[in-house]
Amino acid sequence: MVGENKFFDEMSGHNGTVRDAYAAYHDWFAEQDAERLTKKSQDAETFFRRTGITFNVYGQSEAQERLIPFDLVPRILAQREWTKLAKGIEQRVAAINAFLHDIYNRQEILRAGRVPKHLIAGNEAFLPQMLGFSPPGQVYTHIVGTDIVRTGEGDFFVLEDNARTPSGVSYMLENRETMLQMFPELFAKIKVQPVSDYPKNLRRSLAACAPSSAGSKPTIAVLTPGIYNSAYFEHSFLADQMGAELVEGHDLRVVDGHIAMRTTQGYKRIDVIYRRIDDDFLDPLTFNPESMLGVPGIMDVYRAGNITIANAPGAGIADDKAIYSYMPDIVEFYTGEKAILKNVETWRCGEPGALQYVLDNLKDLVVKEVHGSGGYGMLVGPAASKKELATFAEKLKAKPGNYIAQPTLSLSTVPIFTESELAPRHVDLRPFVLVSPQGINIVPGGLTRVALAKGSLVVNSSQGGGTKDTWVLED
Amino acid sequence: MHLTITHTTRYSYETPVHYALQKIRLIPRDTPQQRINDWKVQITGGNREVIYHDQHGNVTELMQIDPGATEVSITASGRVETRDTAGILGKVYGSIPLWLYLQESKLTKPGDGIREIAATLEAAQDKLTGLHDMSARIAEAVKYGSGQTYAETTAEEALKGGKGVCQDHAQIFISAARAAGIPARYVSGYLMMPDRVEQSATHAWAEAHLDTLGWVGFDVSNAQSPDEHYVNVATGRDYLDAAPISGLRQGSGDESMIVSLQVQQ
Repeated sequence: MVGENKFFDEMSGHNGTVRDAYAAYHDWFAEQDAERLTKKSQDAETFFRRTGITFNVYGQSEAQERLIPFDLVPRILAQREWTKLAKGIEQRVAAINAFLHDIYNRQEILRAGRVPKHLIAGNEAFLPQMLGFSPPGQVYTHIVGTDIVRTGEGDFFVLEDNARTPSGVSYMLENRETMLQMFPELFAKIKVQPVSDYPKNLRRSLAACAPSSAGSKPTIAVLTPGIYNSAYFEHSFLADQMGAELVEGHDLRVVDGHIAMRTTQGYKRIDVIYRRIDDDFLDPLTFNPESMLGVPGIMDVYRAGNITIANAPGAGIADDKAIYSYMPDIVEFYTGEKAILKNVETWRCGEPGALQYVLDNLKDLVVKEVHGSGGYGMLVGPAASKKELATFAEKLKAKPGNYIAQPTLSLSTVPIFTESELAPRHVDLRPFVLVSPQGINIVPGGLTRVALAKGSLVVNSSQGGGTKDTWVLED
Repeated sequence: MHLTITHTTRYSYETPVHYALQKIRLIPRDTPQQRINDWKVQITGGNREVIYHDQHGNVTELMQIDPGATEVSITASGRVETRDTAGILGKVYGSIPLWLYLQESKLTKPGDGIREIAATLEAAQDKLTGLHDMSARIAEAVKYGSGQTYAETTAEEALKGGKGVCQDHAQIFISAARAAGIPARYVSGYLMMPDRVEQSATHAWAEAHLDTLGWVGFDVSNAQSPDEHYVNVATGRDYLDAAPISGLRQGSGDESMIVSLQVQQ
């Protein structure tokens, strides 16, 4: 690649010179035969179809399973880049846990006026049922997926803190597995930090959060809403990989003061439940009485201290997009240090001055719903038509408190492989973070999502994004 | 005053129970208005799974009905020493911040009718007097009577219907107080009607929070503030948080419930 890149390209910077982290890969790539790579790319797709990695797209009439496209060019981070990022993520996640414990107990940060009360009080993600309670090990976010974007050599920003049930880790694992199978010689040449420990670490981390009543080998189960959920593959994959049970709500009931699952030998007690269902559906006896997916009584067993629920109910208050803009204050309040990782500049549309600014500059901004996820209900100003902008402006004016706005970021690019050549595409990164009383563990790298359409900034798989293997080099 | 209480709730099921849970909030705690001398909850036909304090500080039990049972009975009984504090509980706080008692809840979301009542309270110079006036107005607007409302009737619905029980009165009061910016909560408990031993049902009333006095009780249905004839058992944002018994049962078939309550000196 030659010439000026408008966006920071992680392989070739702004000026076309191959960056150090990509040097070895670039050399290897130059020697490859384009036809062979095209063939490999097709092999990868076959491999994914065979392993069954697919996902359902919500809101499409025929909700069929689709394959998330995989690109064979890895996203590569140098060890020192990663070390700095990981330190920032660790600080942020520690602060999030302290924040959650505070919000559900003494609420010092509200008394100190550092976060406005109304953001908590009127927030659906805030669960009064968690007040005055400490979960086992005082851990709220057992698994976090911190979404990070990059705009320059040293410029990383946190886009979102996913503190509820971040998905995507199965893609991270399968992407690496695929790369190892396709290009074993590449991994012999370049030393990449392994990610295959993740399931083992997840198991260990969850076990360390078990209630004190659990024995030395706590029983862990993954609770899934079932096969129609878009991430069902991941649920069964993770259960399988970490040697845990995969259960649905109707497999579970209250037995002797604990939650237990039906087995062929009768009921077996569960100590830790990694639930992949939303708070509202978790327990019809405490939350939504219509829910058929949850486990009646699990909140009572939880408050009695007899089970660990990962992530904790009510943890979503920490990744709420309105709270996000306060994250630098939150980090400082609980750690006493300045936040290492930067936030993206954010306008809270509920504030009068901000609303006017956002309306005036709508075509240059990204506007998101405070409670939305998966790229649904968001506006990307520069990509929107006049009519879309006008419609969205009305929505904004009707419920300003429901939205935040951010500048359109010049997301970094990483090349993808397209019919024989490399073409830059925008990416983000979701590292996966495990929290237990024994510490915070971050898998080196994470899931790189890539917007496959030229110029597109939307990386969500539900909106046509793909994924890449993410490498953190060993020094 | 020394009160002796026996409160039995008996459920009968048309078909044997397969799997059913009951959440029970029937254990009163000491407050400046009451001292619990001895208290127990006995269950026949079921088994206590866990006991814990919920977010409002209510001692909560989860009970599983024995598989195959066609009847279960829950008896809460004990002695309570009460005193008359002119309805004032005072500045007693748990883990719930006051602002939470300003939030709407499922059964207390105000509509136009309640907002109108709230506007009068908001305009009142003296809030304590305003709350008493409001209590009288609600009792006037919603005549006491059963059959018109059910457990999940909202405050606004009950006000529109013009007839309700203590739960409805309390929830209309709470909803309007909150809409006027005064924290308020629901109390479920017992009331000894001095002229009888057999009381017809458990009771419910409201508490409002004033900066000057702390929590103050208002029994809309009986046009008075709770005195030594009252025992506070559980509190919450509305009935759903404080219900003495709420349950969930798998399977079909009708169920019926009989409550007997004796409160005597």
